[in-house]
Amino acid sequence: MAAAGSPGIRAAGLTIPLIAFIGVTFIAPLGTLLTRSVYDAEVAEILPETLAVLADWDGSGTPSEATYATVARELLRARDERTLGRAATRINRIQSGLRSVVVKTPRRLGRDADADPPSSWREALVDIDDAWAETATWRAIREAGQPYTARHFLNAVDLETRPDGSIGAMPETRRIYVPLYLRTLWVSLGVTALCLVIGYPIAHAIAHAGSRWSTTLLVLVLVPFWTSLLVRTTAWIVLLQNQGVVNDILVLLGIVPDNERLAMIYNMTGTFVAMTHVLLPFMVLPLYSVMRSIPARHMDAAASLGATPMQAFRRVYWPQTLPGVGAGSLLVFILAIGYYITPALVGGQSGQLISNMIAYHMQTSLNWGLAAALAAILLLAVIGLYVLYDRVVGIDRMRLG
Amino acid sequence: MTTATTIAQRRLGRYAYVGFCACAFVFLVAPILVIVPLSFNAEPYFTFTEGMLRLDADAWSLRWYRSIVEDEQWGRALVNSMIIGVAATLLATTLGTVAALGLANPAMPARRLAMGILISPMITPVIIVAVGVFFFYSKLGLAQTHLGLILAHAALGAPFVVITVTATLAGFDQTFMRAAASLGAGPLTRFRRVQLPLIAPGVFSGGLFAFAASFDEVVVVLLMGGLEQRTIPRQMWSGIREQISPTILAVATLLIIFAVLVLFTVEWLRRRSSEAAS
Repeated sequence: MAAAGSPGIRAAGLTIPLIAFIGVTFIAPLGTLLTRSVYDAEVAEILPETLAVLADWDGSGTPSEATYATVARELLRARDERTLGRAATRINRIQSGLRSVVVKTPRRLGRDADADPPSSWREALVDIDDAWAETATWRAIREAGQPYTARHFLNAVDLETRPDGSIGAMPETRRIYVPLYLRTLWVSLGVTALCLVIGYPIAHAIAHAGSRWSTTLLVLVLVPFWTSLLVRTTAWIVLLQNQGVVNDILVLLGIVPDNERLAMIYNMTGTFVAMTHVLLPFMVLPLYSVMRSIPARHMDAAASLGATPMQAFRRVYWPQTLPGVGAGSLLVFILAIGYYITPALVGGQSGQLISNMIAYHMQTSLNWGLAAALAAILLLAVIGLYVLYDRVVGIDRMRLG
Repeated sequence: MTTATTIAQRRLGRYAYVGFCACAFVFLVAPILVIVPLSFNAEPYFTFTEGMLRLDADAWSLRWYRSIVEDEQWGRALVNSMIIGVAATLLATTLGTVAALGLANPAMPARRLAMGILISPMITPVIIVAVGVFFFYSKLGLAQTHLGLILAHAALGAPFVVITVTATLAGFDQTFMRAAASLGAGPLTRFRRVQLPLIAPGVFSGGLFAFAASFDEVVVVLLMGGLEQRTIPRQMWSGIREQISPTILAVATLLIIFAVLVLFTVEWLRRRSSEAAS
């Protein structure tokens, strides 16, 4: 008892550096992500005066001449400061088509417009584009200027705010995210089921093959487990592509004609096969650690009491492996719903999952608010599953390899 | 009669079981085994040429390995991967081991919650981590820097250290520590001279896990790394997406060899630490 404080405080003190580190490098970023999904002050910062005068507008017809003047001046300034594009992109997300209107307006007005103002700003703007005479345009600008918005979340679950302010489902053709979440769910369930069906016998074989075989077989699971994800995904491309090894063998055996080679990759099949392969060790290892502790005597006893192998398995063996089945399935499922790399590389168009959509909005469409909202929903699902895992299996019982 | 049919049935069942297991194991290893010989292909194809199957010496070559060595991009990627991986591993292993000492203490309050927080980076989808890290680190000016990637990878690797070291500590005999204390050793000396040497295999294999996690991480690098931070997986990623050449297979083969080495090291360490515990 030389050190100060109770043992509990000392133990907690040891964990504080890592908790603080994870807090700053990992939890804080997730916090920023959540903020991003509801907060975007970009337009409010680029066009502050416009939004201030629009706040007094009643939302019907078009605003006053003074408002037109403010908008025109601010657009000219934003163009000089090179922030116009960022504002235009955001306004365009509220109402498509407005990007070009916003960008071309200051260009057509010309640099001198500020020093030598037209007699009517309203006429000058409507002259450039009729959109400036429409109520919807002004509403869109006002909406884009709201720093806090539920828009991204609504968008992420295929809902939209109607012009009258009510919330409703998007038109059928624009509903893409809910179906994508559902697809992700189905694929994850399918991959989990496949992993269980393939992994159960594998784990059983390792656990009961006798010590010499058992080590060899375990290595066969651990080698893929340790091999780079990208290497394994590459391997499936090599195996499954049109001119790949599997198609070559099928053609050679005459099962498939040369001009009708199977499309096994860059589609849903590719995603399924590669994901099952990548996640299989996460199913086998927890199953194996449970099965290893089941004595062979149990099955012998069941047999001596007259049970057929099938009965003995169903009534004696299977129930004892349920903790492993639960642990493995939950782990595989949790990892599967957030999978990005494998679908991105072998999924083609039809095999993309929600993570790929998040990456798309991060890198290509640059709609970061929507990406953050989609990610926040996925994060919520994962946290839910994580809590479930803790209840069912216990986080402290997680083992590696 | 009935006995004969059941015996036949059982034999059939046994064959079905062995057959299924064999297929399952082939499914597990075949992809990895196919890559290795194909990386020696003399032609720029991803399938076995007739020459390769006839074992013609001309059909096999080391040209793709030569192209790795000649392409300085791969060299730079290796340097980046090593810098980021080693630094992240040192951070994760130090912080993770200290935290595990606290978690393994029976007196630790709110143990489950602390464990839940510390393990969470491991199960959070990497794409979510990458997006969050990109937003947050950009604000701090850490995006497109080595330091940013080191911090992110250390957070992703720490759970592996925590899990491995707490598991090792569960088998640690506290009487050693009491014996050392009775001989007058202070807490720091006890840890350094008695406990650390005994749990070293667990710490080392946790570090290997953390290093492997960083060495294989591509999504955070993809979103947050710049041209200066291209790592091996990042380089492979563009190789697979853009101009897939058998060079990728040669790199993949080298990575498989690396994986096998890591695997045997970890297993060797595991055996050592369970021997030390018993």
